[in-house]
Amino acid sequence: MIASTALVQVATVLAQAGDGASSALPVASTGGGVNSNLLIVIFASAIFYGTPLLLAALGEMLTERSGVLNLGVEGMMLMGAVAACWTSLHAGGSGWMVVTQAMLAAVVVGGLTAALHAVLVLTFRVEQIVSGLAITILAGAAGLSSYLAASLDLASSPIPHRLEPIHVGGLADLPVAGPLLFDHNLLTYLSWVLVAVLWWYLFRSRRGLHLRAVGESPATADAMGIDVVRTRYVHTIAGGGLAGLAGAFYPLAIIPLWSDGLTGGRGWIALALVIFGFWRPELILVGAYLFGAFSSLGLTLQARNVEVSTQLLDSLPYLMTIVVLVFVSTGWARRRLGAPAALGTPYEREAR
Amino acid sequence: MIRLERRVDQPRWLSLAVPLGSIAVALLVGAVVVALSGNDAIATYSRIVDRGFTSRGAFTATLTAATPLLFTGLAAATAFRMGIFNIGGEGQLIVGAVGASGAGIVLDGRPAALAIPAMLVAGAACGAAWAGIAAVLRAWLNTNEIITTLMLNYLAINLATYLVFGSKSRWRDLEGSGLMFPKGKAIPEAFEFPSVDFGNFTVSFGFFIGIAAAIALYVAFRSTRFGFQTRVIGDEPRAAAYAGMRTKRTILALLALSGAVAGLGGASDVGDTRHLLDPKALGQAGYGYAGIVVAALARLNPLAVVGVSILMGGLANAGRALQGPDFPAGLVGTLQGLLLVCTLAGELFARYRIRRAGAGAGVVAVAAPPGAGVQG
Repeated sequence: MIASTALVQVATVLAQAGDGASSALPVASTGGGVNSNLLIVIFASAIFYGTPLLLAALGEMLTERSGVLNLGVEGMMLMGAVAACWTSLHAGGSGWMVVTQAMLAAVVVGGLTAALHAVLVLTFRVEQIVSGLAITILAGAAGLSSYLAASLDLASSPIPHRLEPIHVGGLADLPVAGPLLFDHNLLTYLSWVLVAVLWWYLFRSRRGLHLRAVGESPATADAMGIDVVRTRYVHTIAGGGLAGLAGAFYPLAIIPLWSDGLTGGRGWIALALVIFGFWRPELILVGAYLFGAFSSLGLTLQARNVEVSTQLLDSLPYLMTIVVLVFVSTGWARRRLGAPAALGTPYEREAR
Repeated sequence: MIRLERRVDQPRWLSLAVPLGSIAVALLVGAVVVALSGNDAIATYSRIVDRGFTSRGAFTATLTAATPLLFTGLAAATAFRMGIFNIGGEGQLIVGAVGASGAGIVLDGRPAALAIPAMLVAGAACGAAWAGIAAVLRAWLNTNEIITTLMLNYLAINLATYLVFGSKSRWRDLEGSGLMFPKGKAIPEAFEFPSVDFGNFTVSFGFFIGIAAAIALYVAFRSTRFGFQTRVIGDEPRAAAYAGMRTKRTILALLALSGAVAGLGGASDVGDTRHLLDPKALGQAGYGYAGIVVAALARLNPLAVVGVSILMGGLANAGRALQGPDFPAGLVGTLQGLLLVCTLAGELFARYRIRRAGAGAGVVAVAAPPGAGVQG
């Protein structure tokens, strides 16, 4: 809620300043003509707002591929956002150094939060759903992330260094392709690399094969000599790192000031995206941008002075999550490309 | 090398020692967190006890803070018992508040004896309908209820915000300052729920309703056919199907029941506490998520939910009273989360015997007793 009101304020400023005058939104400032076409603007901002969803969903996909369900995405994202905010406020050095450190801090803190889930689930044998909920409650908007932000005084001043769009040569001015492909910030480019790398890792590498074996049939994997618990630990923590990085996107690229719960439930949408994307990186990318479009549609329309109820526009991403989830979970989709067979179930060697 | 052996039966002392130990660990970790942020942990805890329970008028405020948690706790416990993860207590409570305040506003001029029950029914019905959306999707279309109930939370708060801030609906105060600064329209004074004065403290009508609901749920789960069915479906869905139980209908009924209980919490919020629809306060309160903590700490036992909700209410009340620079808002949520995490982890010691395995003992197979093979 708080995040969305802040976004509305950004949109109002945008509307006053005229089209495409903000550095936060990837709107081509010089392309003019074709590039300020409404459709192009919507697509470009879909990629922008879809980036944190993509990062978080890729992380959750890695975790779930190992058979661990982590419902703590929202909490991990918020912890990552806290870490990024604090680092950006306090680290020294040039702008790029600070932003890089902020992203690394977010990865580490997100990974640590996920490690708590891993310990609870894999070592203490807590039920995965309950443990994930506990992580989100502990770290979430009313919990540790809020406490840390208040104790570290994050909300008093905007962060000084942010992720700015990198213009690749003069390519950003190209019609159509410019704003869509060459006018984004580092994390967006990184997320594209990640989609390719994760696809290769899952389907073309030996370790990826082992990972999928652990997620599909841990007993078989164990018999093959794969360390099930270790694989699950590693991928749960790696998934948390990506969720933390996704959380960092909010302060570093969208709203440069801390507010409690600034991710606004996007962690839960990321969870839905993994189902939507059938646990495949390339499909998750498509889904993330679809949801990014719903997240940004309100801003884009308001920036153009279209009169639509704020609450209705705010509701769109959540409403669409339900609608899409219903489609995905019925019949035809379920038969193909399902979830890892062992998802959500513990593996105890003694209980075989 | 440490080895875990599943306990065949739990000794009695463990079922007391483990939760107490978990709480102690949670308080210890909480103290470290508080100390790390530069505050005095012992002083913070003693202030929580003082403002939550022992100081003048604190217990009344604690019961007021406990009431919504009692309802959302019962709602979560009801659904979780069958392995249905209703994370939507938050939204169901908000929609319940919309229904109850709507009923109160529409029935202006009628006798309170009609209006108050109508507000309760409207709250419960709206909560049930809101949960019913997720229930129908889960039962017939197999859609994951965790995500749908959660998304419905955001839709519920947007709905309530729209009614008060985004439109000129019945729920909005359109007279005087309400025109300039949008706020909810108050229900008639006669419809405010009564409360009972016990001398040292007062108990609101809503809290009594909550206790009645807890007892009713306890009895329903223990000694009715419905309760039995939910247990079988939760534990062994295939066995339930072979026994001819109507799984889909039971899921719908159970989630609707869970939503109705949360909706009653919304009615109590309007009737007992705020007397109007206050989307901002409801959106920030986080009653639904705290209810999950309450249900988990009470081990899904409806009667235990009453006690745990009072403890958590005390914590929440103290948090509100003490909120300031040296007592940030997130501290209460952090302590709740730590209690939850430690209690969950502590379960290990109740369920397993921990043995140090000698050299070469890593291959010892431990026979699990029949029926104890699957976790959870």
